[in-house]
Amino acid sequence: MTVATPPLQPLAPKDFASDQEVRWCPGCGDYAILKGVLKTLADLRVPRERTVFVSGIGCSSRFPYYVSSYGFHTIHGRAPTLATGVKLANPELDVWVITGDGDGLSIGGNHMLHVLRRNVNLQIILFNNEIYGLTKGQYSPTSRQGTRSPSTPAGSVDYPVSPGAFALGAGAHFIARAIDTAQPQLVGVLKRAHEHRGASFVEVFQNCVVFNDEVFADFTEKSVAAEAQLHVEHGKPLLFGKSKNRGLRMNTATLQLEVVTLGENGITERDIAVHDEKNRGLAAMLLALRPPQFPMALGVIYCDPAATYEEQVYSQIPAGASVAKAEIGKLLHQGHTWTVAG
Amino acid sequence: MTTTTPIASGREAREHVVIRFAGDSGDGMQLTGSQFTVETALAGNDLATFPDYPAEIRAPAGTTFGVSAFQIHFGATDIRTAGDEVDVLVAMNPAALSVNLSDLRVGGTIVADSGAFTDRNLDKAGYASNPLDDGSLAPYRLLKLDISKLTLDAVSRFELGQKEALRCRNMWALGLMLWMYDRDRQATIAWLNKKFAKRPELAEANTAALNAGHAFGETAEMSAIVGYRVAPAKTEPGEYRTVSGTEALAWGLLAGVKAAGLSKLFLGSYPITPASPLLHVLAGLKAQGVVTFQAEDEIAAIGAAIGASYAGALGVTSSSGPGVALKTEALGLAIATELPLIVVNSQRAGPSTGLPTKTEQSDLYQAVYGRNADAPLLVLAAATPGDCFPVGMEAVRLATRYMTPVIVLTDGYLANAAEPWLIPDADALPAFPVRFRTDPTGFHPFLRDPKTLARPWAVPGTPGLEHRIGGIERDYDSGHIDYDPDNHERMTKVRAAKIAGLANDIPLQEVSEGEPHGKLAVVGWGSTYGSILQAVRQAREDGLDVSHIHLRYLSPFPRNLGELLQDFERVLVPEMNNGQLVTMLRAQYLLPAQGLNKIQGKPFKVREILSAIRAALEEN
Repeated sequence: MTVATPPLQPLAPKDFASDQEVRWCPGCGDYAILKGVLKTLADLRVPRERTVFVSGIGCSSRFPYYVSSYGFHTIHGRAPTLATGVKLANPELDVWVITGDGDGLSIGGNHMLHVLRRNVNLQIILFNNEIYGLTKGQYSPTSRQGTRSPSTPAGSVDYPVSPGAFALGAGAHFIARAIDTAQPQLVGVLKRAHEHRGASFVEVFQNCVVFNDEVFADFTEKSVAAEAQLHVEHGKPLLFGKSKNRGLRMNTATLQLEVVTLGENGITERDIAVHDEKNRGLAAMLLALRPPQFPMALGVIYCDPAATYEEQVYSQIPAGASVAKAEIGKLLHQGHTWTVAG
Repeated sequence: MTTTTPIASGREAREHVVIRFAGDSGDGMQLTGSQFTVETALAGNDLATFPDYPAEIRAPAGTTFGVSAFQIHFGATDIRTAGDEVDVLVAMNPAALSVNLSDLRVGGTIVADSGAFTDRNLDKAGYASNPLDDGSLAPYRLLKLDISKLTLDAVSRFELGQKEALRCRNMWALGLMLWMYDRDRQATIAWLNKKFAKRPELAEANTAALNAGHAFGETAEMSAIVGYRVAPAKTEPGEYRTVSGTEALAWGLLAGVKAAGLSKLFLGSYPITPASPLLHVLAGLKAQGVVTFQAEDEIAAIGAAIGASYAGALGVTSSSGPGVALKTEALGLAIATELPLIVVNSQRAGPSTGLPTKTEQSDLYQAVYGRNADAPLLVLAAATPGDCFPVGMEAVRLATRYMTPVIVLTDGYLANAAEPWLIPDADALPAFPVRFRTDPTGFHPFLRDPKTLARPWAVPGTPGLEHRIGGIERDYDSGHIDYDPDNHERMTKVRAAKIAGLANDIPLQEVSEGEPHGKLAVVGWGSTYGSILQAVRQAREDGLDVSHIHLRYLSPFPRNLGELLQDFERVLVPEMNNGQLVTMLRAQYLLPAQGLNKIQGKPFKVREILSAIRAALEEN
């Protein structure tokens, strides 16, 4: 008997949408991220039955309900822990963790640290809107100082955490950034995150229209985007601006990046630093750049693969070990035993 | 020591004996006691042990709070407890004597290392004069030996440093005790060779000290050194081993997962006293399909275990009370999403840090009631170290059959204590295979089995069953998220009915000792089993109308428990807490049950329960 292999049907994003009504506020950046993820899944033709979305609590964490794969909406901050258990129980599963700035960096900060340092092979998308949405507008650990919110009527005083710098400090081997509505870049970054073996950390700047509208406008607004965004590409010079005439140069005296303009003071493209995804020091510098003095670095900022956690865990377990084959009798009789005659 | 009959061999016969080895926490008393236990088990005695050690790993040497002790009760008869009173106290320094003397019976033997009774150590232990010389130990048989010097002499040819040479003191003391009770040394020597495989000179020095202690007993002509003989116990025929509660539980869980036909046992755990040994034992079973994960905290440990169960392994997490408190929210998620999960609580004295190394049974309320919202689950308790094996298996059976978290209660005593164990026939163990859902027809994640009310276990990786679950309330008929008030009430009731209905799938409550009716029922749970059983047996020998009922299932209770207890005039509930099971029984069955509570971080003595039995019957 011969079995004809059916030709692969092209998959559309809708093939990965669940039958559930999406319940985010109209205009929420989450819609754009959902769209980007569904397109990524369709383009990559991932098998739905082997894909698992795991989330914590918050607006973003409703995400798994809207994807037609397996999904687990867990508890506040703990998605990385459940995802780690899923991967250790079955490393063949393709796991995405969906979290937010509060879920992933406040209540779940500890777990984010450890899932990154262990390098569990999964994708983490952190929706950063610098505010607590689901609890109605309190400031978050990524909110800038002075953020006025119901819990900080006179403005917040805490210094914010930078998600990318946190991830790098935690030992992440893949760090990328994207903007919710910038679809081609978002899909591109998500594909790279999926391709990377190990924990992939993707920060998405997500606009909360209700509680923190336009908080990222200083670099996402169309009118400023070209001058305020630096889309990094491995092996390419760090150039930006409408006519790609501005760039970052390494000042070897201060060991810092500085903005220069091509053609001014004899600056040529050869003076511009070239992006190297494997350069951790460069990644640290790129992640620290903030408008208006600097452009916001976007794209794959750091990617330096290492052995994954579950690979290493299973390297200590004999191949094919299974409880089904466990020799209970042998185990119970190990060590000192003695016989009482009947 | 009930009989004193000189016998032909020159050894006096004893029916049962309690020895306590006590010294500094760095003196190796736990190892000494464990080796004496192995040799005693191999000699065919029944036995029970009680390791008692401080929370500090190496408390300042010579202090009373740094004293570590290991008690063993062994005999020719059925031994159920570690013993009320100590017959022989081995005291390696003044602090060990001072802390433990009150438990030595009058006329009992003290073996003291006089070499450690220096002015400095006497001062640290609070002695104004040396008790070995001032006559204050007159009520006891005192065996004053310079074990330190005798050990140094025995190991001198190995040219160890003074410190390392003195570390062999415990083996000298062990050698003497092995001679006194006529036990072999072979298992200990084999153990030393294995332990010091990389430093054979230490293996040889320790063996030399062991042999020297043994030879000293044989040759010293001292009236206080008497050889004894404790005949083997008459026990059920078969192959035996010693087992700690931790080992039995680890093996029981593994046997349960195998019986369920699952390929993986996943343990997520965060180190905590006295629960960590379960993590250590399971971490050594990787070749059997066990995956262990030392998590960043207690929450991550249970989170990963839930994730593993979701993905088709059997998720287990293990901790003690304070750690279980941290797991509470995640436990609610496992209840809401109806996933199998086993939470082991090795209870310790609390609240908060409490007495981390001391045993208590004070987390029963936490296990049964300690969650937000109506969040029922199954609670089991093991009674003895060996009982941890069937309890482990039963926990897996019920967790997988009913898709529910199960809390297994042990305690510090059970986790560490050892007893001889008739090794079960692995081929005769029950099987209860799990069926993962694979058929997409009519599937939704909360479609219930009409009999068990359990939802299907649909594991990621199965084509056609893609679904979403989570902590938000789900619609009864579709499994989709749903905020409808009537549906929430219906789901709350079905979750409760599922756990309540489990009572039909567990054995009826039996009576451990005595009649199923009468004047007094002594009702216990957990590690008080041995003390209660022994007390009830003695009371019955004295003609008292009393029975012992011991509960393995604490929520739900066995379905006949109420009726059974109604057939007794009185109910006495001994617990190592301030009264928890007693109020549960009162609440559920409207019984005037009385509590007997000991909250000292130590197990009950038989006589404490016996006198409470007498008092309860006299009140009639």
